[in-house]
This record gives sequence, structure tokens and C-alpha cells, in this order.
Amino acid sequence: MSDPEDSAGARPSVGGMGASDPEARHGSAGARPSVGGMGAISGPPLLSVDDVSVRFGALLALSKVSVEVRRREVLAIIGPNGAGKTTLLNVISGFYHPYEGRIVFDGRDRTHLAPPDVAALGIARTFQNVALFRGMSVLDNLMTGRLLKMRGHFLLDAVWWGPAKRQELANRAVVERIIDFLEIQAIRKTPAGKLPYGLQKRVELGRALAAEPALLLLDEPMAGMNVEEKEDMSRFILDVNSEFGTTIALIEHDMGVVMDICDRVVVLDYGRKIADGTPEHIRKDQAVLDAYLGATHG
Amino acid sequence: MTQTFPRLVRDNAQRRADRVAIREKDYGIWQSYTWREYFEQGRLIALGLASLGFRRGDKVAIIGDNRPQLYWAVLGTQALGGVPVPLYQDGIEKEIAYILDHAEARFAIVEDQEQVDKLLHVRARCPQLAAIIYDDPRGLRGYSEPSLMSLEELQEAGRKFSIGHPSYFEDELEKGGVDDPAIICYTSGTTGAPKGAVLSHRNLIVTAKNAAEFESLRDDEEILSYLPMAWIGDHIFSYAQSILVGFAINCPESTATVLHDLREIGPTYFFAPPRIWESLLTNVMVRVEDAAWPKRRLVRFFLDLAQDLERSRLSGRAGPAWQRLLYPLGQLLVYGPLRDNLGLRRVRRAYTAGEAIGPEIFLFFRGLGINVKQLYGMTEASVFITIQRDGDVRLDSVGTPIPGVEVRISEQGEVLFRSPGVFQGYHKNAEATAQVLDNGWFRSGDAGFVDSAGHLKIIDRVRDVSRLASGTMFAPKYLENKLKFSPYIKEAVCVGQDRPYVTALLNIDLTAVGNWAERRNIAYTSYTDLSQKPEVAALIRQEVERVNASLLEDAVLRDAQIRKFLILHKELDPDDEEITRTRKVRRGYIAQKYAPLIEALYGGRDQVEVEARVTYEDGRTATVRANVRICETAPAEVPVR
Repeated sequence: MSDPEDSAGARPSVGGMGASDPEARHGSAGARPSVGGMGAISGPPLLSVDDVSVRFGALLALSKVSVEVRRREVLAIIGPNGAGKTTLLNVISGFYHPYEGRIVFDGRDRTHLAPPDVAALGIARTFQNVALFRGMSVLDNLMTGRLLKMRGHFLLDAVWWGPAKRQELANRAVVERIIDFLEIQAIRKTPAGKLPYGLQKRVELGRALAAEPALLLLDEPMAGMNVEEKEDMSRFILDVNSEFGTTIALIEHDMGVVMDICDRVVVLDYGRKIADGTPEHIRKDQAVLDAYLGATHG
Repeated sequence: MTQTFPRLVRDNAQRRADRVAIREKDYGIWQSYTWREYFEQGRLIALGLASLGFRRGDKVAIIGDNRPQLYWAVLGTQALGGVPVPLYQDGIEKEIAYILDHAEARFAIVEDQEQVDKLLHVRARCPQLAAIIYDDPRGLRGYSEPSLMSLEELQEAGRKFSIGHPSYFEDELEKGGVDDPAIICYTSGTTGAPKGAVLSHRNLIVTAKNAAEFESLRDDEEILSYLPMAWIGDHIFSYAQSILVGFAINCPESTATVLHDLREIGPTYFFAPPRIWESLLTNVMVRVEDAAWPKRRLVRFFLDLAQDLERSRLSGRAGPAWQRLLYPLGQLLVYGPLRDNLGLRRVRRAYTAGEAIGPEIFLFFRGLGINVKQLYGMTEASVFITIQRDGDVRLDSVGTPIPGVEVRISEQGEVLFRSPGVFQGYHKNAEATAQVLDNGWFRSGDAGFVDSAGHLKIIDRVRDVSRLASGTMFAPKYLENKLKFSPYIKEAVCVGQDRPYVTALLNIDLTAVGNWAERRNIAYTSYTDLSQKPEVAALIRQEVERVNASLLEDAVLRDAQIRKFLILHKELDPDDEEITRTRKVRRGYIAQKYAPLIEALYGGRDQVEVEARVTYEDGRTATVRANVRICETAPAEVPVR
């Protein structure tokens, strides 16, 4: 199996794009007068990753990484290409299983669950490369996000009668609220594949939200977007956090965005965690500076 | 007459209690509210305002897209003897601050976070503003400003207030006088600061009623409320006439879904400024261009036939027999389906107003069998001055005065009118009021004349009609309208006063030209890039030369042909103050801002470098740099026979 971060290497420009971009900062700061105002609630963490290591053959992709995701916070996972960020997300969502270590979600050990079971627990995610059903409408794509909540009987579903109909209407109502929330009413019936990239990313976020997750994992939600699209996405992420109380962990390369919208930042480098703290703290951390300056895209 | 709008709504709440008054598409479904709910919601808003210390005569700013809640806010304000001041929802902070301060608004009822943010930024400049009330709480949970509350909280406060003051609302409702101000509409004004036109209940009720009777409106009409609430037109159609006649209004889901919602609602009474008709037409033509050739030929053939036939009809002829024979076939194959597709199948009457409409556009829609008529109106007249009567529609006139309105032409050729709808004056601006009101006659500022059949024709703004250096008459708007009739030209500004010849600054239509470019495999990245392509310059030159050729028909304007033009590197934008929010060109400002470009049009260069500042909606500015090409046209000449 190849290193899942390989594809990130194909986008050399993303990392440097917005780090010093005052425009991106302005927008999201304006949308949220006090950064971190809604912030984390104390108490036991929603998710804790303890000393987790992941191996691909001889390659140690994650080495004894421990991360806590606190309730209602927005956590950023950053690091140079190949640092193991996506691997960490994949471990959390059950796509990979750790070679050692433990993952506790909401007080329960669930180190070895498969992705569908993880999703059923209330963890939803989006992907680095958009993974929508391109031929299906936006509405249908979002409805797939509700599949876990549906208990169908195939005969009733076939005739769309009684409980089947009620169930679909109830789920449609949830999806409509998300459509309203993400302001994508105008593209409700448009096939997802026909949409511009920025909107596809938004639809993907919508599909993850449709599962009404407690923890939302976003893998580079703003990669390849222009300043305006990044501002929009930042606002949606903050609004999801404050309106639905969803805990969010995201991977992002744009430092401006990370510093603006996140309560806490975890930095990975070569599969190890090298720093963990508030954005202000991370900005001054020597190990982080070294890791970034040592890399090609600082 | 003793009615006010709130009392009329109370009547509706009794007589039409369970009939739908207002619909809004929300969460993908058309949600309906009855007249009873309309009145009750307005009552609760009024009581809520009362609990905040509202006094009679207080001004309430209303900002947002067309939403039932905001129409209720208008009602609630009026019920307490207050005056709603609707503002353009896309206005930038500077404009909003000016109007809030000038109107001395004590309350603001707004749609969402976007508007709240703007108000919080400008609050320091508006000391009168005591409370901001928002409808959509999304994104606002983290805000801790004490003067901020949700509409729900306001209505809840109103509910509590009514327990202690059971007869308060009815008492206030009865105190309202017919001649009290009902609304202050700030007109964007092509020159100077906005002016607030004050209209009384009587102004609006009498005018709206006269127009409704003139058009025999019924209480089963359906309209789409999609034009800005700050614009008097929406207030007349969606509020005044809806309440008077008792018909339902429909608020679209979002600005991006208007065309789709139009189709779902299928209004019977429809209003659009020419630019909306233009974009409807452009959308149709772009789709026709993309169709396979047999279809394209068929559609083109029948559309041309319909326009020819309609042109004959409008000039009082029956048209050739073969065209009349083929028309029903076109109805079956093209016109009917197209009308249905546009959502205009049920339209009994539609208006175009605000600007002159291109004859091709007008003929296109009338040819499809849609009863589009021209209307001449103004904020200061409570809209209606003249309307084209059914069966007496013409291409080049705006119709005859509606009942109650008198029109006359001053010695200088200016259109004057007198009617029960003429406003009370500009808010806190007696000087401006005195300039336009003369013994009850309102000076419209438009140059026009009344023809032998009593139809009013508008030429241009009085102050814009001028002469070239050679003494030739030059009517810029007349030329600009002719230019804008081209599907490829979106905006035009003509220059020529005291100059040797006429020149034009143009904006291309990004949809139409973009599509044209794509079909020719011309790659482009942005508006700026596309606008400066040599192929586009050639395309636009043909269009300008066509306009020049059409001027030959007119003996007076024949010599005012456009000799040089340029395509601007950016679109004219209300945020940059180049056009008003209702898309009227601000000539003076443009002449100043683009002075180097205009000089270049009268110099010998074929290219000029520009740098322009653009203002984004949140008030930030950026600089755009480009090379602008200067194009010359071949003059059209009278063919020598």
C-alpha cells in the first residue's frame, strides 16, 4: 500500500497559499468577533488517541501519536506533506487500524471498529479529493448521508408507503435544513459532477453534516480554493461548530485559516506529534518553525 | 377615505381570514401564511416594539431580502404610527450609515447576520439607533451586544407586553391618520446623496387602488416578490396592492433561485425592469444556440415570425395572412412551451418600467403571447403615472395617464404630473422638495412629449440632453438604450457634450459574450480578460455600427453617431458608485472617474493603460490593472441612390 499522503505531494502550491494572506484572515475574523468564543467545553475529551502507531510495511506512518479532541472545539491538524495527517484521520475513522495504541471515543474504547461502525457512532468525514456521487443530484448526495439513520423494509420502500414514506419525509426535512444552512438551495437538483470545485466541497460538507455527527473530520476542506471560497468555507465551519455544537477536527495547509478559526492546533512531522496548543502558542514554537522551514514549502 | 394599511390588514384578517396572504419557499417547500397570521405576526412585532419604548413617528429601518417577516415588520411599524424605512440589502456600510443617520432610525429590523454585522460597524455613526432585531439567528449566537435581539424574542416581549396593556394595540391602530407618513423610500439618485421620499397612507392607497381598478386586478392574483423591498415598486405591488386587493405574494427561496421559483409559482401579475426581461431573453437565446440545428432553425423561424407579426399588430396592421395561419402552429410548438418554461404561462399582465426596453425584447415577449406593457412611474408619484392600456400597446410610448393623474409638458419639454399619489416631500430636505414641486405639479426631470393619441413618450433626462461641439443634438440615454438592446452589450455610457463626436464606454454581457467566445474556442479567464480580446472588440464593433446605421432613420440624431468606443475592463457596479442600485448610470461620476479613458477616446492612441479601484461588498477595496483597447467604427452613411 502506498503512502496516503502521496497525492498531497502533487499539489505543491497549496501549502504556501494563504499563510500570509491578510484577506483570508479579515473575512473569517469578521465573521467571528471573538475567536474561540464558542470554544471547547471542559470535561472528558470527546475523542482521545493514545500512543497510536500505524505501519505500512516497513514505513512507520504514525509513531506513538497522542491527540485529544475536546468537546465543541475546532482542532486543526497541521504539518508538512507526508507528516501523517491523513493517516491520523483514517485511523480515527476506522479506515486503518493502529498497530499499537488505543482510540477512545465518548468514553468507549473503539480502536478496532470498521468505518461503518465508526460512522454509526457519530463520526463523519469529508475527503481530501472530493468523493461525491457525480451523477446524482446534490439533494440525493445529501440523502446518502442519512442512510445510516434509515431503517428500511424493502417492500415498503418499493411502494413508498406508510413508514417508508414518513421516514423519507423526515430525513428530507433534515437534509433541507442543511441545504438552507449551507446556502445551496439553487443547486439542489444539479448533478454534483457539474458543480464547480468549491461548491462540491460544500456539498461534501453537507453530506457529512447529514449524518448529524458529534465529531466531524475534514480533510483539507479548503484545498485549491480561492480567497472568497475559503472565507465562505471558514464561515460555514464556524457556524456548524456554533449552531450544531459539532466538534470539528480538520487538516488544513492555509495557516491564515488555521490561526483564525481553530481553538487548538496539533502539529505532526514525520509521523510524530511535535507540538500541541493554541494558535498563538504554535506560532512561536521552535520545533514547528524548524519543521516548516526545513520543508520545501514553508 | 379613512383607511390605513394596518386597518386594511385587520379587515383582511376578518374577511379573508384563512386565505393565503404570503408564501415563502423555505426548506424546499412553499410555506403559507394566511391573512389572519399576517395580522397577528404584525401585531406581535408592534407590541414588541412598544415594549422597547417605541413612540409614534419613530423610524424603523428594514433591511433584507423579501421575507414575510420583513413585510410583517412594515405592518407592525405602521400599526404604531411609526414609519418604515426599507434599505437596499446589498448596500455598503457607508450608504446604510448615511440613511440610518439621516432618517434618525431608532430601530432596525433585519434579515440576518450579514446585515447585523454591517449595522454593528456603523452604529457609532448612528447614535439614534437603539435596537437591532434580526430574523435569522444563524451565526449570531456568539454576539453579546445588549441592543441585539431576535425577532422571536421581540414577539415574545410583545406577548408579555399585551398582558399588561390589553387594549394598547387597538388604540394605537385607531390613532393612525390617513395622511400620516406610511413609508420613506430613499431614492438612490444618479446625482448627490440619496433623498428620502415620504409617502402617506393616502398617497399609496389611492394610487394603488386606481391602478388596480384600471387593470381590474382580482384577489386571486399571484405575484412573485423578488425585487428589493427598498424599491417603491416592490412596496406598491407586494404590500400596498396585495393588501388592498387581497391577493397573495410569494417570496423566493434565495436570490439565486428566482427563475426557478418563478416557474413554480407561475404568477398572474408580474413586474420586471428591462434588465430582468433582457436576462430572461438572453437565457433563452443561449439555450437555443446550444440546441441541435433542426431545433434551432425551427425555434428561430417561429420566434422571428411571432416578432414580425407582433410588430405589425402594434402598428395597427393585421400582418400577412400566411403568418397569421402559421401562428397557432408556433403556439403549439414553441410559444406555449417556452412561456411555460419561463414560468410566464399564467401571466395576465406584466409590466416593464424603470428604463426604456429594447424593441426586440418587448416584441419577443409580446410575440410569445405575454401581455407585457410599459409603465411610467416614479417613487415620488407612488409609482403609477402612465400605463399602456390593454389593446393599445405601442413600442415607443409609455401609455396614457391612469385615472386621477394629470400629465402636462412644460415649455422646456419637461414632463410634469399632478396626482393624489404625489409625495409629501423629501424627508428633512425642504430645498430639494421645493425644486421639484410647483403648485402641486411634480417636475419629473424627464424630457418627453405627448403624441396626437395622448400617449406619453420619454426621450431622455432633461439635464442630459445636450449638443455636440458642432451643434448637433445629443441624447445620450437614447443612444445607450439602443446599444443595450444588443444581447452582447450590458451597459453603455455615451459621451459627447461639447465634443467633436460621440464616443461610448461599454460593458459586455458576460453570459452572452462568454457563450459566444466558448463556441468559437476563445479561452478567457475573467471579465477583464474577455473584454479586451480582439475578437470581442470586432463583435462589439459590428453591434455599434448597427446602432449607427439605425440612427440614419432619424433626421435629428443622424449626425450623433458613435465614432469611437472602448470596452471597460471592469463591470460598472453600484458598490463602486458607478451605477445606482436600480442600475441607472451615474454619468457625472463616471466622467470624472474615467476621465483619462475619455480623453484617450478623443486622442489618437489605440490603447490606454488603466488602474482602477474596486470596492467589494464588505467595503474593502482592491486595485485592478489593465490595458484598454480603443476601437474606431466606420461611419454609416445615407445610401446614395
